[in-house]
Amino acid sequence: MGELRLMKGNEVIAEAAIRCGCDAYFGYPITPQSEVMETLMARMPWEETGMVVLQAESEVAAINMMYGGASAGRKVMTSSSSPGISLMSEGISYMAGAELPGVVVNVQRGGPGLGTIQPSQADYFQATKGGGHGDYNLIVLAPSSVQEMNDFVDLAFELSFKYSNPAMILTDGVIGQMMEKVELSDFKPRWTDEQVEQFNGSWAATGKKPNRERAIKTSLELVAEKQEKINEGFQAKYKKMQEEEVRYETIKCEDADYIIVAFGVSSRISQKAVDVLREQGHKAGLLRPITLYPFPSEIINQMADHVKGFLSVEMNAGQMVEDIRLAVNGKTKVDHFGRMGGVIATPGEVVDAMLTKIIGG
Amino acid sequence: MAELQIQDIIKPENKVYGKSKIMTDTPLHYCYGCSHGVVHKLVAEVIEELDIQEETVGVAPVGCSVMMYNYLDIDWMEAAHGRAPAVATGYKRVNPKKYVFSYQGDGDLAAIGTAETMHAVNRGENIVMIFINNAIYGMTGGQMAPTTMIGQATSTSPYGRNVDINGYPLKITELVAHLPGAAYVTRQSVHTPANVRKCKKAIKKAFENSKKNIGTSFIEVVSTCNSGWKIDPVAANKWMEENMFPFYPLGDIKDGQRDSDEKYSVQKLKK
Repeated sequence: MGELRLMKGNEVIAEAAIRCGCDAYFGYPITPQSEVMETLMARMPWEETGMVVLQAESEVAAINMMYGGASAGRKVMTSSSSPGISLMSEGISYMAGAELPGVVVNVQRGGPGLGTIQPSQADYFQATKGGGHGDYNLIVLAPSSVQEMNDFVDLAFELSFKYSNPAMILTDGVIGQMMEKVELSDFKPRWTDEQVEQFNGSWAATGKKPNRERAIKTSLELVAEKQEKINEGFQAKYKKMQEEEVRYETIKCEDADYIIVAFGVSSRISQKAVDVLREQGHKAGLLRPITLYPFPSEIINQMADHVKGFLSVEMNAGQMVEDIRLAVNGKTKVDHFGRMGGVIATPGEVVDAMLTKIIGG
Repeated sequence: MAELQIQDIIKPENKVYGKSKIMTDTPLHYCYGCSHGVVHKLVAEVIEELDIQEETVGVAPVGCSVMMYNYLDIDWMEAAHGRAPAVATGYKRVNPKKYVFSYQGDGDLAAIGTAETMHAVNRGENIVMIFINNAIYGMTGGQMAPTTMIGQATSTSPYGRNVDINGYPLKITELVAHLPGAAYVTRQSVHTPANVRKCKKAIKKAFENSKKNIGTSFIEVVSTCNSGWKIDPVAANKWMEENMFPFYPLGDIKDGQRDSDEKYSVQKLKK
């Protein structure tokens, strides 16, 4: 059993980063995620593990500092909230193009624009469809508890280095701000220079050695045919993710006629709605995607053969529902229920939506 | 006495000049008369003389020198437009023993990347920043730069830079020199052999500084872009001397180390 603590989601992100051997965090303050950097600065991990924590002049600078640290083969991360992630999107695209690993945490708030500081899930499209320019995808993990805020930091690093691709933890203002019991991970030491060379020496810019070509971490290729080949390589990588990395949780789905699909805080609310629907005699279940990219399309497609309908519950105008429709491919009914602008749905509203849109609809 | 043959002259002991082994054999893509090739060569020679090939990492910009990584045989990072100082910061912070330099043009460093430039120097990052100021956007075809001179015609200021519309040319090097994080700030050129030698000395000093952890070293090289200026290389050198040097005077602006923090420390906030 690891160390048990009562902590905020944002604080746990910081603690988990230190414990998993993260080399550097670069960030910029924004509500509702500022506790991540505040916790790190108070913890002073540079004294303990040598981890660098630097407050950048902007989100633009923070993501580009990550580009530099990741080029060195190091474990680097940042966190922000929706408007800040928009600013980082340029750098995220460059990291994806240069095949650099790293972890970006988005504690979502309502938009568009400056929007609100209340929780939201309106950045689903931005996270799962690229966000920045060009054909690329991020590995996107969606924690639904403070425990998963802890667990997914290490997992995100593992996957991002496995695929040489940035990973995003897409969470929201509720999970970031709420306190829950968490079992913290054990400490893993940071990689030594020798380990960086051993694990990442084949691609990282660790200084030109006589026995290898110079490492160039770039996303530029001016010859169209060569750039197309590079893009084909990315697509092959994304296909492998779709085959090997899909993660989801099912609750009461075995005999379910009606399935709620929800991630993050919406899945917590929907879990209660499932119980209420069952009390009313409706066989409801919950499918919770843990990876939003790669999306659990196959299990949804399989379920669509026998269930009577899917309700996508998201704190937005209907984003993930598009991926559910693609997976269902017309086999059964699919609809969406969501509150926007920082308003959190109640279990009762979810029950009503299921009754009116799917069961009685 | 036999007549002197060419093979009698080409001998190792007679060699007075050679290509740095840090320069690759890739042909430079720069226009004839461009200053980039000379500055690339100087950086390569400094890296070779200091014997730091394995310890040096460069950050290439967006602009004409975007493919600088093809020419110097070291490890590289290619930054987004204007972000080279942030990329260099991220690398240097996780690898403090490495020599890290950024190489940027005027649009990259003094327009889109102004924030990254000022804050990297203000933090006193122990990096080398090389700034090629040729008063124009070369790569995209000769548009107005932040450093374009008043009255200078470019493709986006075809009747000459007009202060009422475009504001003033930006002396970012003077701004940088005011920042307490700067150790060494200098303005050089490479249009004569004497200036090439001076510029090399400045680049060498900057690299040596970054090992001493005394703050940021910043070198502006006032340069020509005869293709963008649409004049021949000799005329470009003359135009630069007559028009740019009075506004961008050559020489050291700051030579020392970053300021002591005691100068700026305050009392603790108390209720």
